[in-house]
Amino acid sequence: MLRGLTVLLACQLLGEVLVRLAGLPVPGPVVGMVLLFALLQLRQPEDHPGSASGTLRAADVLLRHLQLFFVPAGVGVVAYVAVLREEALPITVALVGSWLVGLLVVGWTVSLLGRRAVR
Amino acid sequence: MSEWRELATSPLACVLVTLLGYRLGLWLRERTGGHPLAQPVLVAIVVAAAAITLADVDYATYADGAWLVSFWLGPATVALAVPLHRQVRRLHGMAGPMLVAIPLGALVSMLSAYGLVTLLGGGEELALTLAPKAATTPVSIALAEEAGGIPALTAVVTVLAGVLGAVAGPTVLTLARVRDRRARGLAIGASSHGIGTSRALHEDEVEGAFSGLSMGLTALVTSLLMPVLVWLL
Repeated sequence: MLRGLTVLLACQLLGEVLVRLAGLPVPGPVVGMVLLFALLQLRQPEDHPGSASGTLRAADVLLRHLQLFFVPAGVGVVAYVAVLREEALPITVALVGSWLVGLLVVGWTVSLLGRRAVR
Repeated sequence: MSEWRELATSPLACVLVTLLGYRLGLWLRERTGGHPLAQPVLVAIVVAAAAITLADVDYATYADGAWLVSFWLGPATVALAVPLHRQVRRLHGMAGPMLVAIPLGALVSMLSAYGLVTLLGGGEELALTLAPKAATTPVSIALAEEAGGIPALTAVVTVLAGVLGAVAGPTVLTLARVRDRRARGLAIGASSHGIGTSRALHEDEVEGAFSGLSMGLTALVTSLLMPVLVWLL
């Protein structure tokens, strides 16, 4: 578990380093995710069940509570109650409307194009 | 008096109220048999917001203390590689559809948010605040800052877009007849980042894996397209 957390944090740090060195407009953790994915693919955990399973376990624990880590940002609602009330109409309509078109455009496009893909 | 004040604004109290709200959310989700509205993130936000309002603690103080919780967002994002790794065989044949759908989704999401705010008289600053909200919080905040929006408000609307996806995403997709687990996951991750992904992971492993992948790609594409959009508008 502790070893797994260390692997996750190391991938994140390496991601942050790469982002800074290359001046990428992407967040470090997303680059870290790509690095960990590559690492897991290369390593083939079947051959090293002991060493990889710690990473998988730590990841499962964090992902089970992924929602929790967004709570502090969401509580920011209290700091913007006035703006949210004043501009309630544009904020609500734009939020819900653009969320909906984003969801449907991606869902329908993938369904349409994916149907032809190999199953 | 002031020592009680100190305790109420300590990381201990801030983290505890966040965890208690979240536990209540988990309990409610279990009790209601996974009712879409019983999203732990939503319950926890309501509880923590009510608690700090009642205790007269300002948001900046709470955020400083609760930083111990938000810190884990980074490693948890890295961890999204694991479900993807487990589902890697299902990626076959998806590269093409994804390369079209994700940029298209990011584009319509930004343009429609910008357009709707402007149409309803919300002003340029508010439009730029809402435009990057489909990307996950660290990204949307950075992009709003760069473009001239209000970063802290972007954080709030980003979380709200995530909560919307966690509450209504799967239902809307079912109504829209999107049945392929991979398409559903990609759609949720593209519109509701990590919070939507959390619900998707709870629904189905494939849906969650693709949602995590989509969240990462959407963050990437939004980062690339947002400056272009600002330059054009």
